[in-house]
Amino acid sequence: MSDTLHQTPLHALNLELGAKMVPFAGYEMPIQYKAGLMAEHLHTRSSAGLFDVSHMGQLRIAAKSGDVRDAALALETLIPADYAALGVHRQRYGLLTNDEGGIRDDLMVANMGQDLFVVVNASCKHQDADLIEKALGDRCIVTRHFDRALIALQGPEAQNALTSLCPAAADMKFMDAIETELAGVSVTLSRSGYTGEDGYEIGIAAKDAETVARALLAQPQILPIGLGARDSLRLEAGLCLYGNDIDPTTTPIEASLAWAIQKARREGGSREGGYPGADIVLRQAREGVSRKRVGLMAEGRAPVRAGAKLFADAEGTKEIGVVTSGAFGPTVNAPVAMGYVATEFADVDTALFAELRGKFVPVHVRAMPFVAPGFKR
Amino acid sequence: MTTYYTKSHEWIRLDGEEATVGITAHASEELGELVFVEAKDEGTEVAAGDTAAVVESVKAASDIYAPVAGTLSGFNTKLSDEPTLVGSDAEGEGWIYKMTVSNPDDLKGLLTAEQYKSL
Repeated sequence: MSDTLHQTPLHALNLELGAKMVPFAGYEMPIQYKAGLMAEHLHTRSSAGLFDVSHMGQLRIAAKSGDVRDAALALETLIPADYAALGVHRQRYGLLTNDEGGIRDDLMVANMGQDLFVVVNASCKHQDADLIEKALGDRCIVTRHFDRALIALQGPEAQNALTSLCPAAADMKFMDAIETELAGVSVTLSRSGYTGEDGYEIGIAAKDAETVARALLAQPQILPIGLGARDSLRLEAGLCLYGNDIDPTTTPIEASLAWAIQKARREGGSREGGYPGADIVLRQAREGVSRKRVGLMAEGRAPVRAGAKLFADAEGTKEIGVVTSGAFGPTVNAPVAMGYVATEFADVDTALFAELRGKFVPVHVRAMPFVAPGFKR
Repeated sequence: MTTYYTKSHEWIRLDGEEATVGITAHASEELGELVFVEAKDEGTEVAAGDTAAVVESVKAASDIYAPVAGTLSGFNTKLSDEPTLVGSDAEGEGWIYKMTVSNPDDLKGLLTAEQYKSL
């Protein structure tokens, strides 16, 4: 393994747990542990799984005025979400846009009362922090906590497993975010994740990360889960992988992420627009788009994967889209995918064909998520 | 019957003119649990190193090559319903396809079990 790769604070523990390590976003990351991808995926859906996602970037944004609402309003100049109305100890998904209305990154923002707690994708974290600092630096202090660990605990047993170590966890609802203690360690705890299951994400100082991880892994419900299963879990949940399903060339409207733009930021809202590319996004919301991100299920058992071309006809003469993520869904027990199709082919149940090894396999547009979400609202 | 191996982790066993081909236990372990296996149609002529079949795990598709030149003559249809057979018995019940070999002597250029093990 190249020594230029970063290691997470849980690196030694990952090796001890028998993880197969791979390079990912500049880090040496566990792709799977001993149980293997399929078993890890199914265990997360039936019990609880622990994921080392410390490669993701944690940031804090504090307003120089001392009022967290000023930080929220400042961040709204980069993101078409309603953060000014985000309550204390609440978290909300968001999208950083570029001047063309494309997506620079997707992220989570929590109002921690004093400041905003932000989690961004690993591959974008430096450019995101630079962008936020440049745009907000006159009004806000942006602090990078890229050395901190982040653990996701996901699955229907996550609450039961966590409560003995952290009683406060039981009272949290989906997308609550608090500062608390877990196994005697100060953590940032949110009830969120990226698997479609109930669960938590835990931000921890690097020096304490292993203590927390070991305390969690000592719970009988919890197994360590690698990034391989994380990918199939998020795909079944209909969640986008940045760089595959969304990127600087796809807009929130094309990506079917208009739900991430709250009313206040839409046309006629109290803070309409006001973010990079707003004119394009607002126009697309009003007039429609020529392509949309949709869920797809192929007939048979063969997975249709990222890059597969989509056609309107079984002969493959009329190309109408492309698959951006695809795998075999262990819980669905069938191939699942998502991709972009011309809008006239985006309705649920539309019959399409995907090119697979020179053949044209029947696929249907299907509603996402592919599995019922387990969130505690 | 002697089993021969390739650097790309196939095994091949010749019985008369027809050979049976699969992937090694080591390869199967590396790939993880399989969800789909498919071979090219019967009658397809292949050169050594041509793609003859594909195996898919949750995460990735992997090509399975023809160890020697020949013509595909059958697919292990059990794998259509039970692709995990490859994982449980890679060099037995989990065989993938059969082929008639153009020149049986070609097998002698492949790896022996000992040579494969020492890779």
